[in-house]
Amino acid sequence: MDYALLLVQTLNGVQLGLLLFLVASGLTLVFGILDFVNLAHGALYMLGAFICAWLTLALGNFLIAMVIAVPVTAGAGYLIERTVARPLYARDHLDQVLATFGLILVIDTMVHLVFGPEGIAVPLPAWLNGQLDFGANVILPTYRLLIIGFGILTAFGLFWMVTYTKIGMLIRAGASNRTMVSALGIDIQTLFAFVFALGAALAGLAGMLISPITEASIGMGNNIIITAFVVIIVGGIGSMKGAFIGAMLIGLIDTLGRSFLDTIFALFMSPAAAETSAPAISAMLIYIIMAAVLAVRPQGLFPPKAR
Amino acid sequence: MNRKTITGIVLLGLLAVLPPIFIATGNAFYVDLTTRLVILAIAATSLNLVLGYGGLVSFGHAAFVGIGAYAVGIPAYHGIYGGGELIASFNGFYHIALAVILSALFALITGAICLRTKGVYFIMITMAFAQMVYYLFISLETYGADDGLVIDLRSELPLVNLDKPLQMYYFAFVSLLAALLIVRTIVRSRFGMVLQGAKGNPERMVTLGYNIYLYRLAAYVISGAMAGYAGALLGNFTTFISPDMMDWHRSGELMFMIILGGAATTLGPLMGSAAFIVVEEILSHYTVYWHLPFGLMLIAIVLFARGGVMGIITGKDKS
Amino acid sequence: MSSLLSITGLNKSFGGIKATDDVNLDVLEGELHAIIGPNGAGKTTLISQLSGALPPDTGSIMFNGQDITRAPAYGRAKLGITRSFQITSLVKDMSVLDNIALAVQAKQGHSFRFLKPARSIAPLRDEALTHLDAVGLADRADAPTVNLSHGEHRLMEIAIALASDAPLMMLDEPMAGLGPDESARMVTFLKTLKGKRTIVLIEHDMDAVFALADRISVLVYGHIIATGTPAEIRSNSAVRQAYLGEED
Repeated sequence: MDYALLLVQTLNGVQLGLLLFLVASGLTLVFGILDFVNLAHGALYMLGAFICAWLTLALGNFLIAMVIAVPVTAGAGYLIERTVARPLYARDHLDQVLATFGLILVIDTMVHLVFGPEGIAVPLPAWLNGQLDFGANVILPTYRLLIIGFGILTAFGLFWMVTYTKIGMLIRAGASNRTMVSALGIDIQTLFAFVFALGAALAGLAGMLISPITEASIGMGNNIIITAFVVIIVGGIGSMKGAFIGAMLIGLIDTLGRSFLDTIFALFMSPAAAETSAPAISAMLIYIIMAAVLAVRPQGLFPPKAR
Repeated sequence: MNRKTITGIVLLGLLAVLPPIFIATGNAFYVDLTTRLVILAIAATSLNLVLGYGGLVSFGHAAFVGIGAYAVGIPAYHGIYGGGELIASFNGFYHIALAVILSALFALITGAICLRTKGVYFIMITMAFAQMVYYLFISLETYGADDGLVIDLRSELPLVNLDKPLQMYYFAFVSLLAALLIVRTIVRSRFGMVLQGAKGNPERMVTLGYNIYLYRLAAYVISGAMAGYAGALLGNFTTFISPDMMDWHRSGELMFMIILGGAATTLGPLMGSAAFIVVEEILSHYTVYWHLPFGLMLIAIVLFARGGVMGIITGKDKS
Repeated sequence: MSSLLSITGLNKSFGGIKATDDVNLDVLEGELHAIIGPNGAGKTTLISQLSGALPPDTGSIMFNGQDITRAPAYGRAKLGITRSFQITSLVKDMSVLDNIALAVQAKQGHSFRFLKPARSIAPLRDEALTHLDAVGLADRADAPTVNLSHGEHRLMEIAIALASDAPLMMLDEPMAGLGPDESARMVTFLKTLKGKRTIVLIEHDMDAVFALADRISVLVYGHIIATGTPAEIRSNSAVRQAYLGEED
């Protein structure tokens, strides 16, 4: 076994897991508190990436672009909450799913109109674009380490906010008992709008962080949203802790499965058979994990308390 | 008969006679369009059984369509004709049986898991399983991965030649009639009453002694099998299959067709498919950005007209 | 008389709160057994455990000599336990007759029958109509359920319980939300049922309870503090203190 590769791929898995957490946490917050299914969450991820990419090219600096793009994406989320989401809170999930599906078409096409059909590559500042050599064949791109660091910081920030701040207290209370929060005289509408914008900002941030690696492209949100669904299904819809553990689990399993499944398969089948079956199985791996979790716990690993 | 049923029957009548007229007037292109419409209507009708009558929001029906299409494409790619003297000369039986059986099997396995969950979990899980199939076919290099696979030879059936557009069309049209009849019979039967009761009030149905899980699973399998059949037709019609057929956007479109035409009505999915195809055709004629007005229209319909397009026509709101 | 339903040491807590606290109860065959108690005493929680909607934490439930503690809800219904709901639970978008016919159909074993239109099966419809007639709703048979009044919905609940032929009927506040006339009609109707079925009745309307019940159990904070005939309960000092004294 190539341990250097194992270490590198584990870190890649952690990186994917953290990005998934950023997307899934917003999704799970919006669902847990607003009882709203937002299919367009992935579109916000893409929107964040494009705004940041455009600003990077315009301003010449990726980090400044990000600082501006995050609140802009939050603003887009706020706008969506006001126009499309709010009238649908009282409706059933089918209506929410359909309307936000329409919203994806709208956002995708708008991005296409404004930024063109091609993806936008995002240049990194030189100091981020290098690699760090840790010896023993372990060479890591600086930027990936930055994503990991940034992801961990955001995750901590989010947990801190939900656990210790007043708004976090309201969010937790709102998730478990909506009527109680409004009975306390808190403006539930403002709280909802804030949560929606926060979710948009988190998704947008994830899109921005990944864009220097993959470039900002129109289809990018449509793939991550389903993986984020798998994350929150496994973790338990509405649970922050579940989103985090689910995201790390899925990130690691997916990344490691793709790189090592053929090696593992080769232990008990012919190399040729391993080579053909491994890609198929690794493509399905996270869904198989999801099915296994659901078979045992239909509410996910950390179902939130009764709402 | 209300205005909506009449509209639906008129539409069926038009579909029965229009294609030869298209050909006679040199508009063969429209035969392709109507064939696609009819095949999509079969898929939407199958989805209507679980979504409309069962209240189960399945967001993964495109996977069944895709499985059905690949069940035609992969044997054709290998030149497999299936066993048995009798059917060997008509590989179509083999292809269609394979499409139906495989998608039913997939529905049975995933349905058994999905139906243990409720509400939003069900939506997301059906979506995730469909995406699993999507990624599975993307990973299969042999069958073209994400580039897809061209089917060289269409399925062979007695009496019809699917290479002839008009015969292909009428084969699909008769299949649609059969699908409409099957779903209509099922929902009116005792089974159908239980399915609809479980949609309206699952708790009550359980209290009456119905194991609603099994009824829902049966409906899900029937629906999946029918969607797989539609997929086999689609593969034969386009002679090109790709994982894109199973993209979750396709599932979303099928759902929208049902909502457009009116869920839990016999002809609703057909009318919805027709509205969908026509709007798509007109909008995409004017602009490459047709998804923008299309998406706005979808949002507007959900926000302002709960009864669907037909609700607008009949002036009645479902709520 | 032998006991039809026998509950031993039943416990159920939600978080730290004991909703059912060591409940022991025997419901005798053919009796009308009322369960009363102040709001939040855990009456509906108890019924939900008996019908299988909620699993108990510990304890056992025997029905007709058979242990049903872990049986699924649909299985208990098949064995012969039916319940009505405190909050009306009907299939609102179906017709009144359809609702009752589904209850009749449930007795046929299974309904994996795909061909014949259910609404054209005369025995199903006729029997359903008889039950509707019994509660005086025959003329509303074809109306959409959603159009009926609250009182009529309560009667539909009873018709469904009748249609099930279940030996044990559990009625969760059938009088809830009814006006005085409708309540009186319900009491009269329940009287005609007495003796034909075993009935567990949860009810807040004390006049109705004392008029109907053969025996009464008093549930306070999830625990049964007394069981006895209406006269015994009326004179029980613990009950007076814990419960009846609070009533206006």
